[in-house]
Amino acid sequence: MPTYRFFVNGEHVAVDVAADTPLLWVLRDHLGITGPKYGCGVGVCKACTSHMDGAAVTPCTVPVSQCQGRKITTIEGLADGDDLHPVQEAWITDDVAQCGFCQPGQIMAAAALLKKTKTPTDAEIDAIENVCRCGTYCRIRDAIKRAAAAM
Amino acid sequence: MAGAGDQINRADPPTDRKRGIGRRRFLTFAIAAPTLAVGGYVGYDATDAQALPSLPQPADLLDLGDVITLASRPTAWTMALRVEEDGTVVFELPRAESGQGITTAVAMLIAEELDAKLSDVRVELADATPSLLWNQFTGGSTSMRTLWEPVRQIAAAARGRLVTAAAKRWGVEASVLVTRDSAVVAADGRTLTFAELAVEAATTTSAPVTALPKDAKNYKLVGQPTGRVDARDIVTGKAKYTMDVEVEGALATVVARPPTIRGTVVSVDDTAARAMRGVVAVTRIDTGVAVSATSFDIALKARDALKITWKDGPAVGLSDSTIKNKLRSAVAPLVVPGLLSSALDAEFDFAFVPHAPMEVLGAVADVRSDRAEVWFPCQSPIVAQNEIARAVGLPVDQVTVHVSRAGGSFGRRLFWDPALEAAVVSKKIGKPVRLMWTRADDTKHGRLRPASHHKIRATHMLGDVQAFEHRMAAVETDLEHGFGEIISASGAAVSGPADGSLFFQLSATCPYNFGVVTQLLSEVPMPLPTGSWRSVYSANLRTAEEIVVDELAAKLGRDPVKFRTQMLKSARVKAVLAKVAAEGQWGKAMPAGHAQGVGVHEEYRSATACLVEIDARDPKAPRVTRATIAVDVGLPVNPTGLKAQMMGGLMDAISTILQAGVHIDDGRVRESSYGDFQYARQKHAPIKLDVFVMPPSGRPGGAGELGVPAAAAAVANAYARATRTRPRSFPINF
Repeated sequence: MPTYRFFVNGEHVAVDVAADTPLLWVLRDHLGITGPKYGCGVGVCKACTSHMDGAAVTPCTVPVSQCQGRKITTIEGLADGDDLHPVQEAWITDDVAQCGFCQPGQIMAAAALLKKTKTPTDAEIDAIENVCRCGTYCRIRDAIKRAAAAM
Repeated sequence: MAGAGDQINRADPPTDRKRGIGRRRFLTFAIAAPTLAVGGYVGYDATDAQALPSLPQPADLLDLGDVITLASRPTAWTMALRVEEDGTVVFELPRAESGQGITTAVAMLIAEELDAKLSDVRVELADATPSLLWNQFTGGSTSMRTLWEPVRQIAAAARGRLVTAAAKRWGVEASVLVTRDSAVVAADGRTLTFAELAVEAATTTSAPVTALPKDAKNYKLVGQPTGRVDARDIVTGKAKYTMDVEVEGALATVVARPPTIRGTVVSVDDTAARAMRGVVAVTRIDTGVAVSATSFDIALKARDALKITWKDGPAVGLSDSTIKNKLRSAVAPLVVPGLLSSALDAEFDFAFVPHAPMEVLGAVADVRSDRAEVWFPCQSPIVAQNEIARAVGLPVDQVTVHVSRAGGSFGRRLFWDPALEAAVVSKKIGKPVRLMWTRADDTKHGRLRPASHHKIRATHMLGDVQAFEHRMAAVETDLEHGFGEIISASGAAVSGPADGSLFFQLSATCPYNFGVVTQLLSEVPMPLPTGSWRSVYSANLRTAEEIVVDELAAKLGRDPVKFRTQMLKSARVKAVLAKVAAEGQWGKAMPAGHAQGVGVHEEYRSATACLVEIDARDPKAPRVTRATIAVDVGLPVNPTGLKAQMMGGLMDAISTILQAGVHIDDGRVRESSYGDFQYARQKHAPIKLDVFVMPPSGRPGGAGELGVPAAAAAVANAYARATRTRPRSFPINF
């Protein structure tokens, strides 16, 4: 089996797994990074949303072979040490989370959106398809706008 | 309670039920209302002259929450609070935390009574503790109702000991000491922190000062909007769910499941699967074939490499249409003759809905020859512990059940199926396992909110409603998660066996003075996995009724809000309705294809009203654009958490009324994930939502399930007005 080398949260990693191994299981089971959650395995719930070279991806549908040399950021790598990302700060201020399971993915989706646009419209926020089964959507919208203002 | 609990048309108990033990019957009717109306009644404020008063219903007098509170009380004092030497106050909470925020609300109660800093209080989820009996059950929106008294008293007692210890140290009267910010403070300003007093307080032999919980008017924290205590852990990815628990050597395990519901394995060829690197074991279990491997990617691949011959499950032959026909023929007959001019008849159908919590089901199990340890999120850990012990052949006291945080539940984690599977696999292979259901497993083999059929007849004359008859038939809800034991333990004077009929009787109410009101449930057993789903019978029951209330108002030429206000029994419900009507600008002009809709609900000793605006210009893609909710829970411990519950109830309402459910096709669930089970996304949520929390008016009522029925009714009524249709089958776009 080939060895795949890439970066996760700034650290260089090398894994020896099959080419089609989904990044999600590489992160969770081979590297012990459990922030990205399994919610569907087919890219529709988006609970595992993380960043690849700064853009939102769903690691459950990204084979590890596509990660060679790339920079992966998971929820664990979003903050700068103890300094939270403005999206995380806004999430706490608006008390967005309920069960919390989808929130790492929601936060990573929001952070990726704010990287693309400084002032997201409601339509752009509507385009985020991450499922929140607790139904925290209104607070997610508020928090994205709060983070946008803070940034 | 004339007529309450009457059981009619009861067939003989079946003998072929695996665990029914004669408590189940084929078909039951429970009358959740008096059979006769009389002129006087107690317990409600005066009504407007026109409305014909209805008697209080059983659930008005003794509801499910009262029963669970009674059952939990004898062991309430065995809950433990401890102050550690570093000053941390630790409370082991015998409840599940699935996002409803009970750990935060209980931490607030403790901090309030102790005058501790909230950040010094740590609420942990207690392991299954058999001595707690029915004080370790999470359901029926009862956690705050059951914990409110004992938790405050336990914390007040702990404060008493800390003050006594300080008084001894200083040689002063305890009565001159005060507590604040996790410390005891003397009149001269000297302070001793709880950390400094922890050991002495634990060993002090002198009688502690009298410790009564605070008067509500002195609350500093309870009632204040407060963020979740675990918010930072969640937003940084540190919060640990079951599949994140580190248990040395636990093998990733998935189960190949049958194409049909409860199908069984005939034969399996696992040659290819076993040959894969990293596969450790392939195990036949009751529910399928488990594959254990060093990681989930390998376990999933190996599962797909299994060649299995399946036997059809018992639901083959059942489809939505056959189920609907069975339910239609099971509804109890209406009593009042339907005269053309004075009766309004309506029938409704509701589809099956899975719980679909974000965190799929799973459990970690380490079963050895002499003991077992299991980790999973569970609402009924004591029953689960017993079932696991039985399945692996160990004494109950050798089975440790750790309750982990849940990534959502909505009633699903009343059952422990993944823990049983994990324990059995671990025992068979002699290794610890972490067993995970896939999303497709959850959708195709998970439990369902039962489909239901409703027949309603409202009989009116001269602007009054003389009779309101509701006949509901539903696929039987599986309540074998301890409900019966709770009823027994409560000692409550309830009649009839502990089944869905009794549950229905303890929860169903109609909030209106509609003369003779009868609500009857017929449960029809079918070989389908069911379970209590947030608000249980009430969501469908009350949605159907609130639609009829709108149609009655229209028939009588009355405004829906004014009509409700006139007919409602209780001042609390009238107040929340008035609040949403004012704040949500009821009656304002709406463009074509848009409309407002309202709904109210009273249960769990709480009341709520919801007003929504909908844009249904495209009836196939409607959107609720604005929602206004008012909620009265008696005493809102944490208004922030309460608002979150109401928002969640609204999203459940939008989902289940407009677009989300599952189909049964010949004994199989058609859908397989969130790709086709259309739970609401951001684009379905209102842009504007306002939740108004009514001022404190008493003791805490329940909140977790309260929001669903009123919001579901409001969404349905708004859709009906916007599209000028009469929706009868839900979800509408299915």
